[in-house]
Amino acid sequence: MKVLFFASVRERLGCAELQFAQGDETLTTESLRDVLIDRGGDSWREVLLQPNLVCAVNQSVVHGSTPLAADDEVAFFPPVTGG
Amino acid sequence: MFSVSLQQGDFDPGSLENALRSGNADVGAIACFTGYVRRDPQRPQLTGLSIEHYEGMTEKTIEASLVEASTRWPLESARVVHRVGPLDVGDRIVWVGVSSSHRSAAFAACEFIMDTLKTTAPLWKRELGLPGDPWVEAQAQDRLRAARWRKENL
Repeated sequence: MKVLFFASVRERLGCAELQFAQGDETLTTESLRDVLIDRGGDSWREVLLQPNLVCAVNQSVVHGSTPLAADDEVAFFPPVTGG
Repeated sequence: MFSVSLQQGDFDPGSLENALRSGNADVGAIACFTGYVRRDPQRPQLTGLSIEHYEGMTEKTIEASLVEASTRWPLESARVVHRVGPLDVGDRIVWVGVSSSHRSAAFAACEFIMDTLKTTAPLWKRELGLPGDPWVEAQAQDRLRAARWRKENL
């Protein structure tokens, strides 16, 4: 699956996009975040556990843990500030 | 009837308004909103903003708000244009235009669309000219404005 990061989240992680190969285990948005933190270490932990982090699956915002499919597009970003 | 454009270049509010009417004799009212990059007297070094967006989701999110507006008010058409990339103080950022038979629907829908955009469309501003070009923080006031539309719907 494709994982995207935007704005301050992208900048603090130094990563705009990564491809994530799903193993046998069924992933959720929460378990994906845990795997990313395990791989990325403390700097990723700090960014991905920020309380106001927004998660979108296939370009729709989701709340709480959401099941993910192999071809999903997942995005993490800070609260929006357009307009 | 509904359209959303994300673009780097400037736009002409007059042409957009004329296009929104486009000879539709059922239109009795058009409400338009234009947002600009403003200076901050407290921070004269601020020269502008740079706007990042999530391509695809931004368009989809704003389109959904236009469709929702059309279920709440009788609209003829609605259009949003939002700029991305670097902008200077004084530049236009966003335009919302709504046409309807009567003014009350046009006024309300225009404000609803703008309030919804500010709290749901995946766009992010950073301030240029300041050390580190800081990202703008989301404002509680914007969330409260958007929430008013939900309460009224209860």
